[in-house]
Amino acid sequence: MTALLEVDRLSVEIPLTIGTLRPVRGVSFEVARGETLCIVGESGCGKSLTSLAIMDLLPRRARRSAARLVFDGVDLTSLPERRMADLRGNRMAMIFQEPMTSLNPAYTIGNQLEEALLRHRKVPRAEARERAVFLLEKCGITAAGERLSQYPHQLSGGIRQRVMIAMALMCGPKLIIADEPTTALDVTIQAQILHLLASLQREFDMAVILITHDLGVVARIADRVAVMYAGEVVETGTAAEIFARPLHPYTEGLLRCIPVPGRTRRGEHLGSIPGMVPSLIGTLEGCAFRNRCPHAFADCAARAVPLAETAVGRSYRCLLPPEARAAGALEAATS
Amino acid sequence: MSALLLEARDLERRFWISRGLLKGKRVLHAVNGVSLALRRGEVLGLVGESGCGKSTLARMLLGLLAPTRGEILIEGKPIAGLGRFGLARRIQPVFQDPYSSLNPRKTVGSIIGLPLRVHRVGAPGQWRGQIEEMMERVGLPRRLYGNYPGQLSGGQRQRVAIARALIMRPELVICDEPTSALDVSVQSQILNLLQDLQKELGLTYILISHNLAVVEHMATRVAVMYLGRIVEEAETANLFRAARHPYTRALLASVLTPEPGLGVPDTHLGTAFPNPLDPPSGCTFHPRCPDALPRCAQEAPRLREIGGDKVECHLYDEAVAVGAARPRHYQEQRG
Repeated sequence: MTALLEVDRLSVEIPLTIGTLRPVRGVSFEVARGETLCIVGESGCGKSLTSLAIMDLLPRRARRSAARLVFDGVDLTSLPERRMADLRGNRMAMIFQEPMTSLNPAYTIGNQLEEALLRHRKVPRAEARERAVFLLEKCGITAAGERLSQYPHQLSGGIRQRVMIAMALMCGPKLIIADEPTTALDVTIQAQILHLLASLQREFDMAVILITHDLGVVARIADRVAVMYAGEVVETGTAAEIFARPLHPYTEGLLRCIPVPGRTRRGEHLGSIPGMVPSLIGTLEGCAFRNRCPHAFADCAARAVPLAETAVGRSYRCLLPPEARAAGALEAATS
Repeated sequence: MSALLLEARDLERRFWISRGLLKGKRVLHAVNGVSLALRRGEVLGLVGESGCGKSTLARMLLGLLAPTRGEILIEGKPIAGLGRFGLARRIQPVFQDPYSSLNPRKTVGSIIGLPLRVHRVGAPGQWRGQIEEMMERVGLPRRLYGNYPGQLSGGQRQRVAIARALIMRPELVICDEPTSALDVSVQSQILNLLQDLQKELGLTYILISHNLAVVEHMATRVAVMYLGRIVEEAETANLFRAARHPYTRALLASVLTPEPGLGVPDTHLGTAFPNPLDPPSGCTFHPRCPDALPRCAQEAPRLREIGGDKVECHLYDEAVAVGAARPRHYQEQRG
């Protein structure tokens, strides 16, 4: 079966007065029907712009290019804006991080929920209303009928995010892109929202791209993971593979940075990744991570590092295979 | 056992919320009877959902907000007698967002040195030396002395905020979400730094965080707040091994540790965080509590001390405890 979404060498360029910013540089991945792909990375790695590029929602100055960008058999690279607008909110929908800023404060939530269905399906208002109530209830909101006449400011953060999810589901999308959907929420609400998202995904057979910096979220919800660094995918694999045996030094470093109850000892130093992300203005020679990498050697600066594939869906962007890195570390320790 | 540094006795803070012109005002109990005792060298973790009153409590301890009732003592003396300057020498804050807590128009040196100027400490000629020494201590290169916050990374800014807090050599530092705004790889560096500084300078911390893994890693004792009260307080190891309060257990269940395959837990908490203007009767947690007894809706639970740890829950009342030393659902699982 073909993938629902194919992204091949997606790049975003933003012309600035001091040069061209390249925040997304040749990103490739696939999303199968019904699966959850987590894109994980730190701020500035290009994970949000990647999702905006897929939805064609980039800022006006930004330029998108891709060798292939196909959603459900439709080539998105050559799609006119009108046709793209027919897809957006319909077959592919987005959930943003900040439900307060992405809901319109001047309209009731009922109004905003119904809008997508009225726009895309030309159904009578009563039917749209019925669907809104049905989905709000699915999202665990009580007294859904009364909620429809409320404004966003009358709702708590957790309820707002549920409304956002219900809104994304209105037209029964095949793909949902959720950009840090729980980052602004309390841990208890975060668990509830993710639990909800996972069960709705199964029920409606949707694919989800979840963008996050939280490795705990990734571990618990992802089928497959793409780790991004400085605008590139540096490692892909299943969640189990990534956490059990990271292949890229950056992923390895990230996993060592987080305290894990029961595993990291209290008072012990956590791992860290020294240094900073390189500037993405202009062309970047060699490996983008080399300045922060404990294993870097001369070759890392010389040429662009290709993505090495070890199995289907399992790849990493590093010149040194993990075995060689482990041996190198051993050598350094014994000499 | 080391000496008591800070003590809060039955602290209460009310806010009067206006409901419009003719409706009069309603009382919001942001902090409702909190007692704390902090020994020198401890790290007290303060956790709870947003709106539980942890930041209001922190602001009272910092002397930024007067308690409506109750008192705060430092080494047995009420802080009211210390005055603002005296208090600022002993307790200092580090805030969450290093982007908004530093004045963008001041240089790093002048931000860190401001307390020295305000308190007229020593000779102005020695300030620069003191500031540079502190910069080194927190891992900021001296060459950044004349830089502006806008030129620094998030991690460097948080180091500036820490240096500013420590320049007066306070005894207690209140860290309000010190790493929440930072990337994973930077977060671990700041946590390591806070731990090192605590050892080197003999500091006492109150660490407010919604990240329970961070609290587990850093804190020696944890206090759990719910709707303005501390509902459980225990040694960190005890709390994470066998939490007593049903709310604490729900919080712990919500933590998404990076363990693939475990899925997202269902906390059974329900969505409804109660309205703090109209708190539930009896135990304020009873509407969300999976273990609620009939009496929980009528009667507020009293604080119980169990082997040095404290819990405020009817499940541990003596009358109940005779028949059930353990909370109900534990018994059900076993029976």
